[in-house]
Amino acid sequence: MAAGDFLSSIELISPTDFAKRKIQSLQDYSILAGQSIANLFRTPLYGADMVQQMDLIGFGSLPIVLASVFFTGAALALNSATTLSRFGATTVIGQLVSIGIVRELGPVLAGLVVAGRNSSGMASELGSMIVTEQIDAMRALGTDPLKKLVTPRVVATVVMLFFLTILGDFMGLLGGSVVASILLGMDSHEYWSNAWQTLVFSDVFMGLAKPVVFGFIVATVGCYYGLSTKGGTQGVGRSTTEAVVAAMILIIAVDVFVTRFLMAVLGA
Amino acid sequence: MVTPTLPAATLEVARHDPSHDVIIFEDVAIAFEDQVVLDGISFRLPRGETKALFGVAGSGKSTILKLALGLLKPDRGHIYTLGQDVTQMKEDDLFELRRQVGIVFQESALFDSLTVRDNVAFRLIEEGKVSHEEIERRVREALRFVELEHTVDMFPSELSGGMRRRVAIARAIITQPETLLYDSPTGGLDPVTSTTIVELIIKQRDVYKTSSLLVTHRLQDAFVMASHSFDPKTGHLRHVEPGARIEVPMTFLILHNGKVIFNGDVQELAHTKDEYIREFIS
Repeated sequence: MAAGDFLSSIELISPTDFAKRKIQSLQDYSILAGQSIANLFRTPLYGADMVQQMDLIGFGSLPIVLASVFFTGAALALNSATTLSRFGATTVIGQLVSIGIVRELGPVLAGLVVAGRNSSGMASELGSMIVTEQIDAMRALGTDPLKKLVTPRVVATVVMLFFLTILGDFMGLLGGSVVASILLGMDSHEYWSNAWQTLVFSDVFMGLAKPVVFGFIVATVGCYYGLSTKGGTQGVGRSTTEAVVAAMILIIAVDVFVTRFLMAVLGA
Repeated sequence: MVTPTLPAATLEVARHDPSHDVIIFEDVAIAFEDQVVLDGISFRLPRGETKALFGVAGSGKSTILKLALGLLKPDRGHIYTLGQDVTQMKEDDLFELRRQVGIVFQESALFDSLTVRDNVAFRLIEEGKVSHEEIERRVREALRFVELEHTVDMFPSELSGGMRRRVAIARAIITQPETLLYDSPTGGLDPVTSTTIVELIIKQRDVYKTSSLLVTHRLQDAFVMASHSFDPKTGHLRHVEPGARIEVPMTFLILHNGKVIFNGDVQELAHTKDEYIREFIS
């Protein structure tokens, strides 16, 4: 393709139109997110669809969440040991890994892994339904796609990410324990005792509040990009990629604000 | 099978009474990203009539069907479906209305993760008021109508294009809706399969006497529909002599440059002097 052809194929839009599109997208996303919650208070609730999604999202993501948090816990213990050994304080590795995993790394890693696996899955599934007119068919048959497809995915992701995070936290601590006892020669009982005793209510609350927010982001972003798919199979691919990128960036960015908010509320 | 009938005299009254129009378009316009697709479209579909919509690709035929169901909102004008202004209705209220209208999409739009049984039964399952036994009976009845009862446990991916269209017809008629919308039901099919689909549409029209909007770019399909009727005794189509009265009237509507350039019956179409239409039907 000649340079001229390439340049002429690029769609040029004015800054005003660009801003309008972004605001429109934000508005559409807000409506979808709001509807997904409002639908919880309207019948039908599609319980069977929720359970099916919980199986797909929760059990399907279990191995990768457990593995990623386990190895992160192990790496955290290794890195901490290097620094702490300079001060002769390797015994507090359990505390450091515990706080790090439960408050921050467990929820964020579980959120990112579930986003990578499920935001893309939701975007591609719903996007394919858009381009094959299945969503239009559903509306034409008198069924609300937001109620039937979006709300069950949001509920399933929020619930399952909550439990995945709990299991992930345990695996992260286990990873740290393996490193502490096998590579650093620490007493396993001492590690677990330190890790357990250092946790206070605010740590646990913060660690369990975040996956609720992250789960909501993963599902609503995935569904939003899927339902706004345009342009056939190429559009499905684009939606899938954009959904993963947006969900991951949002999780990392929102984590900062949620952490600050909870610190202010809990005084920790 | 229950076959609701509408006496011929009632049909005659319905054709002249605006309150008996199942679909009314009044000065409807819509554009997609600055491209005007429909510009001031007005027409009526009387109860018990079949109207075939023609036009070149991109002339807005499928858009008319989506507008009639409220799947799209027009930029201007009013659309009344079964007496309700769909342009002013909320999405929640539209779901109720849509349950009284059946639609067959261009590419069937069957739910690919559901079996044929669940696809056909979708509307009944969603309503949640019908027993499993009744759902099974009606699914088999609808599939028997399209001669595909043996596919009940298959998935859409296991069916041919023509079979998918027939399942889509079964899905559309399972609740015996007052109005049916067909979006290019024979598009992309071979002539033999197309004939099968057209025969099914004629059978559906003459057995249930539903009002229909039929989008097609195959003129011969509409002419077959206008010149044939279903004989319930033999189970086959029979030719209707030119000028003879067909029990379910058939009219034609042609779109060009976003406007209606013809709206009449087969006789008027055959005697039109409009150059574009003559070229179109030749």
